[in-house]
Amino acid sequence: MSQIKLVSDRCAGCGECIAACPYNAVALENGLPVFSGACNLCGACVEACPSGAIERLAAAGKPAVDKASYRDIWVFAETRDGQPAKVVLQLLAAGRSLADQVGQQLCAVLIGDNPGGLAELLIAHGADRVLLAEHPALAACRDEPYTAVLARAVNQYRPSIILFGATAAGRSLAPRLAARLRTGLTADCTGLEIDPVSGDLLQTRPAFGGNIMAAIVTPNHRPQLATVRPGVFKPLQYDRSRQGEVTRLAVSNGLLAARTEVLGFTAAGGESVSLEDATVIVAGGRGLGSAENFELVKELASLLGGAVGASRAAVDEGWISYAHQVGQTGKTVSPRLFIACGISGAIQHLVGMQGSEVIVAINKNPDAPIFKVATYGLVGDAATILKELIAQLRSGS
Amino acid sequence: MQIVVCIKQVPDTAEVKIDRKTNTLIREGVPSIINPFDLHAVEEALLLRERCGGAVTALSMGPPQVEAALREALSLGVDQAVLLSDRAFAGADTLATSYTLAAGIRKIGAFDLILCGKQAIDGDTAQVGPEIAEWLDVPHLTYVSGIDEMILAEPARITVSRLVEGGYEQVRSSLPSLLTVVRELNEPRLPSFRASLRARTQAITVWGAADLDVDPERLGIDGSPTGVSRVFVPEYDRQGQIFAGGPEDQARALVDLLRSTRLI
Repeated sequence: MSQIKLVSDRCAGCGECIAACPYNAVALENGLPVFSGACNLCGACVEACPSGAIERLAAAGKPAVDKASYRDIWVFAETRDGQPAKVVLQLLAAGRSLADQVGQQLCAVLIGDNPGGLAELLIAHGADRVLLAEHPALAACRDEPYTAVLARAVNQYRPSIILFGATAAGRSLAPRLAARLRTGLTADCTGLEIDPVSGDLLQTRPAFGGNIMAAIVTPNHRPQLATVRPGVFKPLQYDRSRQGEVTRLAVSNGLLAARTEVLGFTAAGGESVSLEDATVIVAGGRGLGSAENFELVKELASLLGGAVGASRAAVDEGWISYAHQVGQTGKTVSPRLFIACGISGAIQHLVGMQGSEVIVAINKNPDAPIFKVATYGLVGDAATILKELIAQLRSGS
Repeated sequence: MQIVVCIKQVPDTAEVKIDRKTNTLIREGVPSIINPFDLHAVEEALLLRERCGGAVTALSMGPPQVEAALREALSLGVDQAVLLSDRAFAGADTLATSYTLAAGIRKIGAFDLILCGKQAIDGDTAQVGPEIAEWLDVPHLTYVSGIDEMILAEPARITVSRLVEGGYEQVRSSLPSLLTVVRELNEPRLPSFRASLRARTQAITVWGAADLDVDPERLGIDGSPTGVSRVFVPEYDRQGQIFAGGPEDQARALVDLLRSTRLI
């Protein structure tokens, strides 16, 4: 049997549900709302509640969701140092193509202290609309107030899909929001499509440690939430002629409660690893056999002015730090040239580098899966071939 | 202080191979381990107990064989272990899993801190920790790489460093709170002889759905909004060019080609 249910430990006793109820079915008793027989399960209180304390359960235990009433694709426009995070422009490209496919709007949700100046940029990169929530207390991306602002906006506008970057911020915020909304979230997606039959979002991601790929769906709940791996989608060209509107979201004090406080930021010192921006990457794997041989990878990278990458195996061996790892549990890269040395090509690695323009594989096993993605292949001992390459590049011959 | 550590038993995914003929995972003979990130959570719980006193409870959800993982946690030194095990929990996605674990934590009792690994190596979602925090209505901090300060006197609070893009964010949270931790946090200890002996005979508490204050419709596959639509091994076939000859010839061919195409 369907019912409206109070999750009392979350209720702040604010009384917004009483004001929202069209049937006068809600009253406060001991500071908590009580639902009378006049309730017809319309759900107005569920949407009005700023703390997500009221739920509507359907007969089958699943929230009663009218999928058709959820429209539009949202992108969480994470900001960093006053700019959209790189992944946001990638999400707008992915979202644009989904929105065009289903004939709906693409909205960027921009939250911060005073981020309104970025709205134009988001529109120029594909957004039809920017939902803007501004408040000094929203300066840092803190999960509690951001969840409250987003949950409020979701209940008001009912988007069908919300995309987050699979960044530290996105992967912290999205699960909190998914649990608040009692809906599904798919982590670290590398592919997004609309199922032409069901209209559901098909969310492809590496599974089982990246050994296999899975397509995940959220068939009976809305919105459908996904975090999307940075580096997978390419941003659209900046286009000033694109038109869009900016809508302000009301930010009431009730949404700003937070039990965390950001005190500061320390940039990582030492080696700078910008794999995502490199045009050339030389990466090494277990086939190099030793930390000493891995130095050859660094040498070649430095000769080519490129960055150093590694497979999980090489990182696990301790030959290089995790910051260099490419693959499912590392970074996704798409340089012009990727040279894989002694990397066999487990799926978990391939998902992180298959978007590279030209892939050179150096491996002693001619049947290694890395050759399936390679533009050029060199079969032989990786260390020996690396030494050859370095010698020839040095001699200029 | 009272600490709950959530652990997951996972197949050692580094040992999982694909059967290229059937395109399925070969799981036979793959050992089960405690999710490596969770070992860092266990270690931090033990360090905090050594510093502040109190007790550490290891909590897991899964089939009866997960007792092995909890027994390993006991042999590392946690005080007690609780397993949530019931057919009704089967098929849970992260929302249903976090709901069930949150109910288990409520039943364990008052807590100051919940520790989880940043993600499990078989699912790689990193979602269960933050979702538990939401169900329990406590704050959460992810990717914790260092605990800088812990104050149990009121107002109780914890200050941590979080590993984020490009550096470390310093954040403070009131307690109780939930943290998910990364490898940099500590170096997990090995089981001690004394604790291993004790762990062999120590009782592990097992709770089913009937023991928890839960809505049955939120458990297991029924309580899971997400489902797997299909699983596949991606097909790659770039039909690249393999160079001929010894190392020197192949290297020369590559260098020439990269130069002529202005890739280097």
